[in-house]
Amino acid sequence: MTGSDRPSRRRVIAAAATGGLLAGCDQLSTSPQVNQVLARGEDVTRRAQRLLVDRKVLAREYPPEAISPDFRANGTTNPDSEDYQAHVAAGFQDWRLEIGGLVERPLSLSLGELRQAPARSQVTRHDCVEGWSSIGKWRGARLGPLLDRAGVKPQARYVAFFCADTLELTLDGSGDYYETIDLVDAHHPQTILAYDMNDAPLPVAHGAPVRLRLERQLGYKMAKYVMRIELIESFAHLGRGRGGYWEDRGYQWYAGI
Amino acid sequence: MAYLLRERRRGAAVEVYRHPWVVRIAHALNAVCLLVLLLSGLQILNAHPAFYWGEVARFDAPFAAIEATPAADGSLRGELRVLGASFDTTGILGVSPSADGGAEARAFPAWLTLPGYLDLGAGRAWHFAFAWLLVGNGTLYLLHGLASGRLRAELLPSRADLRHLGPSIIDHLRLRFPTGEAARHYNGLQKLAYLGVIAIALPAMLLTGLVMSPTVHAWLPWLGTLFGGRQSARTIHFISAMALVAFVAVHLAMVLAAGPLNELRAILTGWYRLKPTRTPK
Repeated sequence: MTGSDRPSRRRVIAAAATGGLLAGCDQLSTSPQVNQVLARGEDVTRRAQRLLVDRKVLAREYPPEAISPDFRANGTTNPDSEDYQAHVAAGFQDWRLEIGGLVERPLSLSLGELRQAPARSQVTRHDCVEGWSSIGKWRGARLGPLLDRAGVKPQARYVAFFCADTLELTLDGSGDYYETIDLVDAHHPQTILAYDMNDAPLPVAHGAPVRLRLERQLGYKMAKYVMRIELIESFAHLGRGRGGYWEDRGYQWYAGI
Repeated sequence: MAYLLRERRRGAAVEVYRHPWVVRIAHALNAVCLLVLLLSGLQILNAHPAFYWGEVARFDAPFAAIEATPAADGSLRGELRVLGASFDTTGILGVSPSADGGAEARAFPAWLTLPGYLDLGAGRAWHFAFAWLLVGNGTLYLLHGLASGRLRAELLPSRADLRHLGPSIIDHLRLRFPTGEAARHYNGLQKLAYLGVIAIALPAMLLTGLVMSPTVHAWLPWLGTLFGGRQSARTIHFISAMALVAFVAVHLAMVLAAGPLNELRAILTGWYRLKPTRTPK
């Protein structure tokens, strides 16, 4: 070993010192007790926002000139499952959206039928958890009337969205994208199953054939490639039980901040 | 009602009770909160280390960005770009040592983020929990300061303070600090610095932070407009954070320069010793 590639003593000591400090911080971050305390912060945020902000308040809508020319497609941009690719090849002709679970009348809707359902258009700002935002125009079927049509049973508390994209390959399927929202948000007038983006059919990169728009929360709540919707009483049995793919990996279920 | 500092004699020296216990506890909590908020904030920033002005991102034209670009020899080069200028920051920004001793592409290095490994969700959990703690702490501090009259008496600069600002700046640069009766209260520069943090920087942090919340945006859309849009608010949030870092650096340097033992005693016990005035012989 020549002198030049030997790390200097000062560097080694500095690395050990910062390493010890970092290990301490990381140990705190992985401790269940610490995370329980930190999660209280999420509760406080949710309660404070629910207390102060009317749940029916509309997200700000923008004029068409505000639409971003460079709306970023994040997460999965082209699910590689055979089923999904077959749907893409067929232009989603045989694709059907299933709405089931705790409902009186399960629905199975083609894209054409979904386009006939009560719809809404909105130009809104998309806020990614990473920190960036883009503005886009969305048109889609309002989720509320669809749920009314299916007849939500009284014990249902959440709406779960199951998607065609797998972000992590696992044996038990816990790497498949899914999301859950509560019924108040599901019935919000701006909560839509968007099939058009910027006046054109929703591109594959942005979640074709339909993605959820849940304005007033962050982008990861707005599941892309929605295949199946289920009304459920609890999401404890889904994935790792936290209410969504990213929630299972440490993101907050309530994404209003 | 005038706000008077209690005082006591210790031998020849006079000590004043500068920091009541509420202020001492608030100061300690504040220090912890700001440290956690800084480190978890940099963790969050690592998810998208680029800044824009306006409501939305213009991905191809950030105002500032930290990047990792492959160099000709295949190694990674860390780069900070600001307004078209580029700085090589390999080792700290863009590319920094990873846990296994190699080089890792990440905007801020492990020793500047909480947690040290990349985890946006955990960074957000720390950030929001300590933001609430900071808000609670700040509220109690302000209520105490307003009700007791301390804020007004100790932090609001008087006309004389402002007139004396020029000489005061020069004295500080020469590290000559007031002694005797002149040290009983904060000088004008101190008052402005503390007031700037309490009345401008911290409220700016809070408000620009709130602007980034999509639910708050639906509730108070004008608040975002006030800061020029969500991306502007995010950029201002970072600039204010850097201003606070600069304040803390100067604050600590001044503590060292002005007599760390006396300053530490004051912030731990409340009692600040007035240095005897040098008498010309």
